[in-house]
Amino acid sequence: MKQNWLSLLCIPVLLLGLLTGCAAEPVEEAEESESAAQTLSVSDPNYYTRFKDAGISINVYNWGEYISTGADEGTLNVNEEFTKLTGIKVNYTNYSTNEELYAKLKGGGATYDIIIPSDYMISKMIKEGMVQKLNFENIPNFGYIMDNFRNLAYDSENAYSVPYTWGTVGIIYDETVIDRNPEDIDWDILWDETYLDQILMFDNPRDAFMIAESMLGYSINTENPDELKLCAEKLKEQKRVVQAYVMDEIFDKMGAGDALIAPYYAGDALTIMAENDSLNFVVPASGTNLFVDAMCIPTCAKQKEAAEMYINFMCEPDIAFANIDYICYSTPHSAAFEMLSEDVQNDPVSYPDSEFIAERTTVFVNLSNEANQMMQDLWTEMKSAEEETVNKWLAPVFLVVCLVMIIVILIRRYIKSKKDIF
Amino acid sequence: MKQMKIFAAPYLVWMVVFILVPLLMVGYFALTNDEGQLTIQYVSDVGQYANIFVRSIWLALIATVICLVMAYPLAFILSRMDKHKQGTMLLIVMLPMWMNFLLRTYAWMTLLGNNGIINYLFSLVGMGPFKLINTSGAVVLGMVYNYLPFMILPLYSVMVKIDKSVIEAATDLGCNFWNTLFRVIVPLSVPGITSGITMVFVPAISTFIISRMLGGGSNLLIGDLIEMQFLGNAYNPHLGAAISLVLMVIILLIMTVMNQFSPDDQVLI
Amino acid sequence: MKKLANLYLVLVMLFLYVPIFVLIVFSFNESKSRSVFSGFTLDWYVRLFNNDIIISSLINTIIIAILTSVISTILGTLAAIGINSMRKLPKAVIMNITNMPIINPEIVTGVSLMLLFVFFAARMHLEFGFVTLLLAHITFDVPYVILNIMPKFKQMDPHLCEAAQDLGCSPFQAFKKVVLPEIMPGIVSGFLIAFTYSLDDFVISYFTSGSTSQTLPITIYSMTRRKISPEINALSTLIFLVVVIVLIVKNIIETRAAKKNGTYKGA
Repeated sequence: MKQNWLSLLCIPVLLLGLLTGCAAEPVEEAEESESAAQTLSVSDPNYYTRFKDAGISINVYNWGEYISTGADEGTLNVNEEFTKLTGIKVNYTNYSTNEELYAKLKGGGATYDIIIPSDYMISKMIKEGMVQKLNFENIPNFGYIMDNFRNLAYDSENAYSVPYTWGTVGIIYDETVIDRNPEDIDWDILWDETYLDQILMFDNPRDAFMIAESMLGYSINTENPDELKLCAEKLKEQKRVVQAYVMDEIFDKMGAGDALIAPYYAGDALTIMAENDSLNFVVPASGTNLFVDAMCIPTCAKQKEAAEMYINFMCEPDIAFANIDYICYSTPHSAAFEMLSEDVQNDPVSYPDSEFIAERTTVFVNLSNEANQMMQDLWTEMKSAEEETVNKWLAPVFLVVCLVMIIVILIRRYIKSKKDIF
Repeated sequence: MKQMKIFAAPYLVWMVVFILVPLLMVGYFALTNDEGQLTIQYVSDVGQYANIFVRSIWLALIATVICLVMAYPLAFILSRMDKHKQGTMLLIVMLPMWMNFLLRTYAWMTLLGNNGIINYLFSLVGMGPFKLINTSGAVVLGMVYNYLPFMILPLYSVMVKIDKSVIEAATDLGCNFWNTLFRVIVPLSVPGITSGITMVFVPAISTFIISRMLGGGSNLLIGDLIEMQFLGNAYNPHLGAAISLVLMVIILLIMTVMNQFSPDDQVLI
Repeated sequence: MKKLANLYLVLVMLFLYVPIFVLIVFSFNESKSRSVFSGFTLDWYVRLFNNDIIISSLINTIIIAILTSVISTILGTLAAIGINSMRKLPKAVIMNITNMPIINPEIVTGVSLMLLFVFFAARMHLEFGFVTLLLAHITFDVPYVILNIMPKFKQMDPHLCEAAQDLGCSPFQAFKKVVLPEIMPGIVSGFLIAFTYSLDDFVISYFTSGSTSQTLPITIYSMTRRKISPEINALSTLIFLVVVIVLIVKNIIETRAAKKNGTYKGA
């Protein structure tokens, strides 16, 4: 046990590390705030100072890589700016799928003040009373949101949510290896044996089923059990060629060339393409999902007003632009859109024309509980399926063998101890 | 000394609230549904995932055996070294364990990747690339790498107590190497072997990090399944609790079997 | 035979250390590539120290580890003293329950605590975060403290305490002057184990952490799941360095102590 002496010694060393870390920080901060002071202007500074000295903090739960963090040079650290402006501390954590967010909230332990779910999840949460109505008087910047992103089906009176981004799902692929006309690339390339083990796939049921449904020509909002089962079959077929089921890891794996093809969200795909020239992105002709992610306040939120302030802050033109510029998703924010360069504004990937949207994309709606449950069960079954079928009696037999062994040993011990006594 | 008993009171309260009650809650969740009615539906649903259980047990078993085979000679070599060298060598062997295990697993992620350094080295001699990561082999490798020290330590601590003269006596009495090994050393190190096996097997069978980081999401283990039900894509705490319950039972069974081999009476069950 | 043994040692060392050294080497790599070394840089270290999330979770981890180890040492020491004076049956029952968090897979402990905290959260104003993390860490640490102290009682002569009292010590004095020094090594090693386990724990923290307080392992986990940056390599290198330095210092202290003891015995 003596070896644990060392952990005591860890403290000073770690503290030392901390100190150097802290010592290095202020310098950087000073530089940052200077540059920020030049760029950042908000519409109504008085509005933001209400909680200046109240010492409150809000918990923001967002997708991974979904905000400008200031990690790259010349970008804004949005959360830090917010704290600087309002005195409200931001506890920022990440999730990687809507379902994860749902589980974390439904579980009941964690309290969040801001969440950014997608359309279908918002309507599910509204239905289950998990998000609360917003007070739009506190969010004057809602005026910047384009008309066609207001009152969408998932929140038809627009009482619960403020759109943050939108986009489509498509295929990102390495065009130096896959030398095809982009128009010819469809979802079936994700099943292509030629690219065995070079294919990545979504690790969440809704998105994965969407791909199978589009391929088979079903509605991506189907609740028909037979259709869902066929989709699960299709996904099972794919398992053989898939290298890994991932979400945000796609960034890294595609960027580093670890895989050749992956389905992904348009915005993130553009981010990766900026780093790796050989990649290309295409929205398949057989249809895809158009998503809108919007900011909501969960029912469990403790700091509703501060959260609304955060939402309003995110809708400040400068901030909205900083975010959209960093994460490359499409924006529903009119002023931020105007600030984008013309190239981006006309980019068919980020801002496809309305004809394209009508023709190729569908928005998710919330499925019934039964359909959701079925999809999840099918998904787990698909993921756990072996290529070769395993005898399902193995586990029970194993348990029985264990029990028998224990009994035999116990009996032997018992007999032995009897002998010892006499 | 009797009045000393009262000192245990705060811990007893703690133990009941934070150890017993939570475990009972797992049982309660496993046996009820959302409306709070008693049901065995979830426990029987666990049967659906028999193949995941089989795979977890299988992979954990392989990892345990590899750990044992690797650690046994190592522990023996270490225990036969000069006393002052022993401490240093043990330190060097155990040192990687002091790194956070996520970082150790991450290290293998970068090594095994399609564009990782191993495939790069292969490509230099014109071979590959091989599929290394996202296989069950990679998962086993991750288990072995992370849990090997758990096998070395108990084996070493038992072997270091085996007197040199015992081995010499065996050789003097005409035992060859193999005889000495199987008739003297192995029987004397049984307690180390059993505790090593449990210390490797239990974390290996229930891990979800290793399979997620090195298994690519298609080599699900029991741990992944439980995690999925609570914080992942398939929110269903009742099923998750049922799986946890079954996992606990399996591990208790294995522990009982293992404990039969050790002479210590201060053991569970 | 000797050569074979050495060869085997070298092979195992390679297996253990090559991954770590690769991590370290690539923490100085200019590009993000994980197979080709393109040039030397310290950028990733600079970035690491400017990463608020990592720094704040490091601070969190240390605070939690210190609090956890102090509280669980006090709780565990008291418990060990109490349990030691119990009769056989209650002692056996309590020790078996104490063993639970040790033999149970971490994930089961984590899940069970999560269910408990959810239950509390719904009824009282318990928020997932610092408090739940602390409670969870204490829960899995106390058993280790108790298990480290209990053997010391076994080694101790049970009549020592009575002898002290016969010689005029009050029960409290007897405890302070006789029992405490005897079990002190157990308390210290229990404290250190509690501290390291708390620093290193991921699984249980993963299930019991909330929106406000993250520990370093959780941050590392979320880092490996997104855009992976060589900052992780830099972090690994630093942690490895800390471990190495600590172990070397510890080794030196121990050898010195051993030498002292040796001369003392010799004299």
